[in-house]
Amino acid sequence: MEIFGIPSALLGSQLLVGLINGSFYAVLSLGLAIIFGLLNIINFAHGAQYMLGAFVALLASKYLGVNYWLALLLAPLTVGVLGVVIERTMLQRLRGLDHLYGLLLTFGLALILEGLFKNFFGVSGESYEAPEALSGGVDLGFMFLPLYRGFVVVAALGVCLMAWYLIERTSLGATLRAATQRPDLVQALGINVPVLITATYAVGSALAAFAGVLAAPIFQVNPVMGSNLIIVVFAVVVIGGMGSILGSIVTGLGLGLIEGLTKVVYPEASAVVIFLIMVIVLLLRPAGLFGKQA
Amino acid sequence: MKRTALAAALFTAFAAPAMAQISDNVVRIGVLTDLSGTYSDLTGAGAVYATEMAVADFIAKEKPGFKIEIVSADHQNKADIAANKAREWFESGKVDTATELVTTSVALAVMEVGKAKNKLLLINGAASTPITNEKCNDVTVHYTYDTYALANGTAKAVTKAGGKTWFFLTADYAFGHALEKDSTKVVTDNGGQVLGSVRHPFPGQDFSSFLLKAQSSGAQVIGLANAGSDTTNSIKQAAEFGISKKQSLAGLLMFITDVHALGLKTTQGMYLTDSFYWDLNDETRAWSKRYFDKMKKMPTGIQAGQYSSVYHYLSAVKAVNSDDTAKVMAQMKKTPINDFFAKNGKIRDDGRMVHDMYLAQVKTPAESTKPWDYYKIKATIPAAEAFQPLSESRCPLVKK
Repeated sequence: MEIFGIPSALLGSQLLVGLINGSFYAVLSLGLAIIFGLLNIINFAHGAQYMLGAFVALLASKYLGVNYWLALLLAPLTVGVLGVVIERTMLQRLRGLDHLYGLLLTFGLALILEGLFKNFFGVSGESYEAPEALSGGVDLGFMFLPLYRGFVVVAALGVCLMAWYLIERTSLGATLRAATQRPDLVQALGINVPVLITATYAVGSALAAFAGVLAAPIFQVNPVMGSNLIIVVFAVVVIGGMGSILGSIVTGLGLGLIEGLTKVVYPEASAVVIFLIMVIVLLLRPAGLFGKQA
Repeated sequence: MKRTALAAALFTAFAAPAMAQISDNVVRIGVLTDLSGTYSDLTGAGAVYATEMAVADFIAKEKPGFKIEIVSADHQNKADIAANKAREWFESGKVDTATELVTTSVALAVMEVGKAKNKLLLINGAASTPITNEKCNDVTVHYTYDTYALANGTAKAVTKAGGKTWFFLTADYAFGHALEKDSTKVVTDNGGQVLGSVRHPFPGQDFSSFLLKAQSSGAQVIGLANAGSDTTNSIKQAAEFGISKKQSLAGLLMFITDVHALGLKTTQGMYLTDSFYWDLNDETRAWSKRYFDKMKKMPTGIQAGQYSSVYHYLSAVKAVNSDDTAKVMAQMKKTPINDFFAKNGKIRDDGRMVHDMYLAQVKTPAESTKPWDYYKIKATIPAAEAFQPLSESRCPLVKK
């Protein structure tokens, strides 16, 4: 059977692969959206934090024998703590200034982190094995689906939904959103706003690290893995609408699918298609698909 | 007394240019390479260190009457950055030769600058055959390897071993295209058939879509016409999707650093063609050990070739006592190269340095007995067969 002249098996498998990539985009852009939405900071260090997550998993397994499941907790925790340090010592001083300052600071941090890792580990990096329980795969008839990739989709979507629920549907989330709108009022109600903000940045960074651990068995763990991905993820956030939680999740998955389709139809354009969509969206809806018009 | 001193000073001042024809009596070697990007492990800082080794060895052994200096820069795999840096070196930096030049687009851009400024170029990292064909010029030596030699080694061996149908996964830039083109010719010449190819953006990250396309083509062999992290990620993901079980992968450009990064479990059994292996003989082991002591990694062919080419260049400068490009080039072409890297190596009219190449198979984890013990050398491809014959050359400098 063929659809638009493409064998349906090929189309099905490409869409599934697109969905897998989309779930990476979703988790990463979610972290960015949370940080931007609640802190008004464009976190350019997100790619480096994703890379750090993968490296924590790799090094912990190599030197401490920590297994994958533990790494899935340990890496976000470690990078989250680093996030606290970054927020407390640096980002806090930039509050109230133009977006550009936060962007430059985090961009600088990303370059430093990447440079340090390149210096110690080289650019080729190392391989990280998928856990035993998830190695192998299932034959879906139209494609062979590695179990691990299936797990990635489930884990990523689970985390995304949890984050969305926490921010949009709980009283903690309501407090957070209120704190971004009127920090002075929330503070007056006896809530410690600076702590809330620090915690938010830590959670955003931890999400990046979580995606890093998810990615470690799929991609070669190397210092540039984050910078290769981060530009695309920023495009996703812009398309979805800066700061929109649901927007970033839906756009992440959707763009993964579109990218997958492009790889079937015209592979040469697969690196550009997301940016093309970004241009169109910016022209028609400058606030993004899910953003509120200012 | 004063007058004699003055006379002596005057004499030296006038006589000096006639005696030594080396401009300012310093030979400056520029290493223009990828120091931070996707190719920095297989060349990069290692190539700079190999250059330093060559210069130190040359000074210790040959005791030249001129000084030698090394400058290096990161071209970030961008042709415009590389061309600007080379121009700056040649115009105001008093640099005599630009070397290494990984990434085809970089090499081609710097070749234009070298030709315009009449400066000698030693290309080691870049691999495309156009360098010594359509784009050839008389100031360039292409030293370590090229896409023809890679295809001729790996694609021939795999096709002859029964891999008759091929599908290419190609990096979408000059190098990938050249490698695909050269490999296609070798495959069809040896009775094989190319079923299709897919071009992926460079550098890429997720190759599963392309690999699934290759899988659905039903080809026996998936040829990876890419390099560096693109190759390692392709191989890793092919294993993940169970593709490597039914179809075999042929890495058309793989380095020992790639095998090291992926591990033997993933790469075992793969064929590859290389210009150098550290564990070939006592000479290669001795040199590689010195390299390893500093870099903590075994050298790639590019890094070993960088040493050899710089040493050969310096020997020629000393022999003609000049850093004039035409004179040095003539001397380099006249003298055979005999060192740990090449035996009876020869630079042809088209600038191609021909030497033996090696067809290797990656060992299984059980076969590997010590660190970096990765290759079984299956065949030595003699210089005369390894590279494109001059009769097929498309370089105008070759008189037929």
